[in-house]
Amino acid sequence: MTDHATLVPTPPAARGRAGAMRGVRIWLAALLLGLGPAPALMAQDDSADAGQAATASQDASATLAPLLAELGGAGYREKQALVARMVALGAPNTRLALRAFLDGALYQRAADGKVFIAVEDGDDHYSLTDPLTGAAAGGASGGLKRIRTNNALRKALRQAIAQFELSDPDAAVRLASARELVDDLDEDTVALLRQRAPVEKDAEVLAEIETGLALADLGSADAEGRMAAIEHLRGSMKTAVYNRLNLIAEGDPDTAVRKAAAAAVRGIDGWRKVYGWIETLFFGMSLGSVLVLAAIGLAITFGVMGVINMAHGELMMIGAYTTYCMQLLMPEHIGLSMVLSIPAAFIVSGAFGVAIERGIVRFLYGRPLETLLATFGLSLILQQLVRSIFSPLNRSVSTPDFMSGTLQINEALSLTYNRLYIIVFALIVFVLLQLILKRTTLGLKVRAVSQNRAMARAMGIRSEWVDAATFGLGAGIAGVAGVALSQLTNVGPNLGQSYIIDSFMVVVFGGVGNLWGTLISGLSLGVINKLLEPYSGAVLAKILVLVFLILFIQRRPRGLFPHKGRAAEGH
Amino acid sequence: MKLKTILTAAALGAASFAAQAADTIKVGVLHSLSGTMAISETTLKDTVLMMIDEQNKKGGLLGKKLEPVVVDPASNWPLFAEKARELLAKDKVDVVFGCWTSVSRKSVLPVFEELNGLLFYPVQYEGEESSKNVFYTGAAPNQQAIPAVDYLMNDVGVKRWVLAGTDYVYPRTTNKILEAYLKAKGVKQEDIMINYTPFGHSDWQSIVSDIKKFGSAGKKTAVVSTINGDANVPFYKELGNQKISAEDIPVVAFSVGEEELAGLDTKPLVGHLAAWNYFMSIDTPENEKLIDTWHQYIKNDKRTFNDPMEATVIGFNLWAKAVEKAKTTDVDTVSSAIIGIETPNLTGGTAKFLPNHHLTKPVFIGEVRDDGQFDVVWETEKEVPGDAWSDFLEGSKDIEADWVKLKCGNYNTKTKECSGQNY
Amino acid sequence: MAASSLLSRLLPMRDDRGSSAFFVVLLAVAVAVPILHLAVPEGSALHLSTYTVTLLGKYLSYALLAVALDLIWGYCGILSLGHTAFFALGGYAMGMYLMRQIGSRGVYGDPVLPDFMVFLDWKALPWFWHGFDMFWFAMLMVVLAPGVLAYVFGWFAFRSRVTGVYLSIITQALTYALLLAFFRNEMGFGGNNGLTDFKDLLGYDLQSSNTRVALFLCTAIALGLGYAASRYIVGSRFGRVIEAVRDAEARTRFIGYKVENYKLWLFTFSAALAGIAGALYVPQVGIINPGEFAPINSIEVVVWVAIGGRGTLYGAVVGALLVNYAKTVLTGALPEIWLYALGALFVVVTVFLPQGIVGLLRRKEATA
Repeated sequence: MTDHATLVPTPPAARGRAGAMRGVRIWLAALLLGLGPAPALMAQDDSADAGQAATASQDASATLAPLLAELGGAGYREKQALVARMVALGAPNTRLALRAFLDGALYQRAADGKVFIAVEDGDDHYSLTDPLTGAAAGGASGGLKRIRTNNALRKALRQAIAQFELSDPDAAVRLASARELVDDLDEDTVALLRQRAPVEKDAEVLAEIETGLALADLGSADAEGRMAAIEHLRGSMKTAVYNRLNLIAEGDPDTAVRKAAAAAVRGIDGWRKVYGWIETLFFGMSLGSVLVLAAIGLAITFGVMGVINMAHGELMMIGAYTTYCMQLLMPEHIGLSMVLSIPAAFIVSGAFGVAIERGIVRFLYGRPLETLLATFGLSLILQQLVRSIFSPLNRSVSTPDFMSGTLQINEALSLTYNRLYIIVFALIVFVLLQLILKRTTLGLKVRAVSQNRAMARAMGIRSEWVDAATFGLGAGIAGVAGVALSQLTNVGPNLGQSYIIDSFMVVVFGGVGNLWGTLISGLSLGVINKLLEPYSGAVLAKILVLVFLILFIQRRPRGLFPHKGRAAEGH
Repeated sequence: MKLKTILTAAALGAASFAAQAADTIKVGVLHSLSGTMAISETTLKDTVLMMIDEQNKKGGLLGKKLEPVVVDPASNWPLFAEKARELLAKDKVDVVFGCWTSVSRKSVLPVFEELNGLLFYPVQYEGEESSKNVFYTGAAPNQQAIPAVDYLMNDVGVKRWVLAGTDYVYPRTTNKILEAYLKAKGVKQEDIMINYTPFGHSDWQSIVSDIKKFGSAGKKTAVVSTINGDANVPFYKELGNQKISAEDIPVVAFSVGEEELAGLDTKPLVGHLAAWNYFMSIDTPENEKLIDTWHQYIKNDKRTFNDPMEATVIGFNLWAKAVEKAKTTDVDTVSSAIIGIETPNLTGGTAKFLPNHHLTKPVFIGEVRDDGQFDVVWETEKEVPGDAWSDFLEGSKDIEADWVKLKCGNYNTKTKECSGQNY
Repeated sequence: MAASSLLSRLLPMRDDRGSSAFFVVLLAVAVAVPILHLAVPEGSALHLSTYTVTLLGKYLSYALLAVALDLIWGYCGILSLGHTAFFALGGYAMGMYLMRQIGSRGVYGDPVLPDFMVFLDWKALPWFWHGFDMFWFAMLMVVLAPGVLAYVFGWFAFRSRVTGVYLSIITQALTYALLLAFFRNEMGFGGNNGLTDFKDLLGYDLQSSNTRVALFLCTAIALGLGYAASRYIVGSRFGRVIEAVRDAEARTRFIGYKVENYKLWLFTFSAALAGIAGALYVPQVGIINPGEFAPINSIEVVVWVAIGGRGTLYGAVVGALLVNYAKTVLTGALPEIWLYALGALFVVVTVFLPQGIVGLLRRKEATA
């Protein structure tokens, strides 16, 4: 994956660097392409490519050249055939050329039809590498045409490269290669796997290879061999295995084999169901944590201060835009900018919050419903402000590497990292907020003012200051939620509107003025929604949740965790 | 205070209305500049303004300057009807370029028919309509959906289909047409999964996971997406996160173009498909020239150009040609003059207005590149004529639209009747 | 005696100059508009175009909706953030009647099924569409559908003493749930496109000037009657209790009034009024779709009332007319920046004019 990323065309901002960088870049590119600095090692590696022509002669290398040259003018299907011929040829450096082709770094020079690996290292300037020798071949600006790939071709290339990579020194590369091969077995790949199996040391790779071989054995002529394979595959969560066993359970000529396969399928089905439940629960938790993040700032401004802040969604939107701006500031360090966005969004949205409190809300205390109207007007203004500054188009916020991808537990269950992070993040925000409210002087003052303003003032608390700080805190948390949302959804002027209603529902369901209530209500609404979704579809699930909420409020008019005591009537 | 500004604004509006003399040709622009649809429609407003600007540089039309009248229907459907009436009755515009969603078009349609206005509608849509007063410059289903499915079936070898869409009329109709088409091609019911989600759906975890499961049954699977606007970003983000690669389960979208991709990190999406009648990356001199003009006009050379924008450009050019041919802006004269007029597409070939008020269009299938553009992997040999009434739907296969011979937008060839006309 | 007291409640009263002014202006408009539209020739400066007539008709139906909201919010303290749900339901009932009137003139020419059903391959009319070909039934539904929903909703909510913000949020949940439901094409209400392309009403062509004027007049009359009825209610003994509930609900209950019954009937009445407003709105704008259920719309209605000045009824009318007029003008004159102006208007009025515009006028009067 990493070598793929470096071959992506350099962003414009980074273009035009000094030529001194060029050498380093070529070297780096070559290294990442799998060439390595020492050609001797490379040759050795290639010679180890089992099943392929083990002796890399000059002649073979010479014949790769016309095949490469043909690529330029060929259609996608012809290209696929050419790739197959290259693999069959087994010339050295085939892997290098194919990898470059897959990554879209293979170019043809218009002047002489020669094919190069090209890496853009400046404004329209490319440094070239000869795919036949792996040696640097100067540079070029213009006159190069990329040899394009399509989905089918990329898949074929990945397969082809996997055949070379099964003997890679890196176990992770071998594992990826083995998985690729097992997913699409044919005679050649089975032969390759059989050759590798005795020498493979890494347990995980070996298991993968054995699964592949067992899958191949399912097609063996004798029933006993098939029985053994089924026995081996029992409990495997691989999709390819499941599909294959299903076919056998239906159509194998031998009754015993059919029964065994059916039993294995039943076993797998059971596990799949379990994993399915875990997945649904995870989805629910993740949806819930988004709801909690969106609502928890509101739980402060609305719950603690009694301000119905319709601009809450727009404060989240500001947080999301802050993330976007941070990425613009440091396009090279997406991960770092993501981390820094959290305090930045807190500060920016918090500042907006303080300004809103000082400018508007403070005139409206004691008239909660009117704060709704004023902040509604404000939300219109903020939306339009964003449209004027950033245009009405969505902005692209990249996902940092550490947040992309999945935690693959097996093929039936994989948890996406960004969702995992957001669940954790929501919990951290919740705990911090609790600590602030329960363990700090500010928190003490906030609680004092919210419980009895007059008394708090009598005790010497500057209630105006506390109000501004509280509102700023709620707004800042909204900004932080915006950072998380930027990873999940559109960063655009409508971001806020799509969450505001849900946020209010969560706070009300949980009980106004109770952070625990917000946490539990957010998570449970998320889980309920996801539990219903498979049966009713997404829309009906949401409608049912709303109806449930309406009925629930009839049973408990003050939410899950109502405020107790005299202050309760006031809300 | 505030009241005063409003009154001044009102007075100003009235004054400017009074000051407008008859020596300009007025072009109404009816695109949402605020609300949920602003995201897509604002660019189209800019495109129309650019075209007016260009035309005025060339000396206008019939010796008169063109004057844009821009209003904001604010993504509010009844407001669309009101603003259409305002443009036609109060501002007395000669032509209107506008609308994006089907519901906005349906909402203004009676107004245009009543006041005999002229509307150019630039977005791909579900068909099943042909109004005397509307010219459809976007794709009908047979110019987008059917070729895309053909490509997937014949060139990619797809056997199992997920039809995922937002729950409104365009996806519903398109999916209905596709379902009928796929079944006619021998695809079994159990190999088709249909899923609808609400507008702006943002939590795609379960659905993407379902698609993944549906696609892991050992047959090549593809997703045909008619997911609209805002919901696409979270959908594609979830696809990327759940590692559904285009090589395994390609997604072909009819509503995702360069503009939508500009709001996305496209690296995880490389290889997913879109079917359009235009791609910015197509290398022709006309395309290059227009993109240059656009970048100069909008003063930003990073801005993308997309299919509905090309449709706006084509619509504008055809209208201008028709006005020159008719030597008037009179709606009836222009409407009959415009049939049969041709203008070059930006991607080669010509766009010609057919008697059913639809265009001939080439169809392209593109794969997403890592820079947010598309690589064309397939295209039709020649332009496909737009079909207002689908041949694959029970109710509409007998209906025909022809404004030249039949003078009817929905002529039933069985009953020989022309129903549902408001004039 | 009784008759005269009734009259004094219904008709302009000495102590309510706002209402008197309202009736005078409404009467003047109702007389002037048809004349200016139909009798004055088109070229004349005084001629009112169809555009203006339908626009005014739309404003008046909005005004009726605002009056309905003011009745429960201004007088009873029930802030409904879902009142457009009732408005839209009334609108749908009317829309369904208008759809059935199209008959075989739809694009597919089906004598019974509306176009969108043919298009989605429906074979028969769903049960809830039956009866809507009869005008009286549709009109009954205009009142009943929102009324019954409000009654059921209110019966649950008021009995469990859901009040304040909680009530506001669940009314919002109600309209949001309806929004999502009506978006679903399976529901049989035309999905996102809603109902449109109406032809005629009681046999009269909707596009003719006479029908438009008649619709405008109906709206004006409905507004006048709705206003008078509301005025009557708030002026009655019932109204006194209602105000007592607003100011001190617990005390009123302790005195022995069945607070929830008072609230329930007022809420139901208000919902029915909103339904009528919706029914008059639909033929004039020519479309009804789920967008009308959007919670944002309900909040806007609240804003109209607040801007006009709540608890006065005529303030609601003023607010509805003013905000909508501003919207019409600004979206045309300042399409790029009108939201700033509208947003600022909301903020400024709430912060500086807690009694709304009407309050400002009253204050002036007091100081003069």
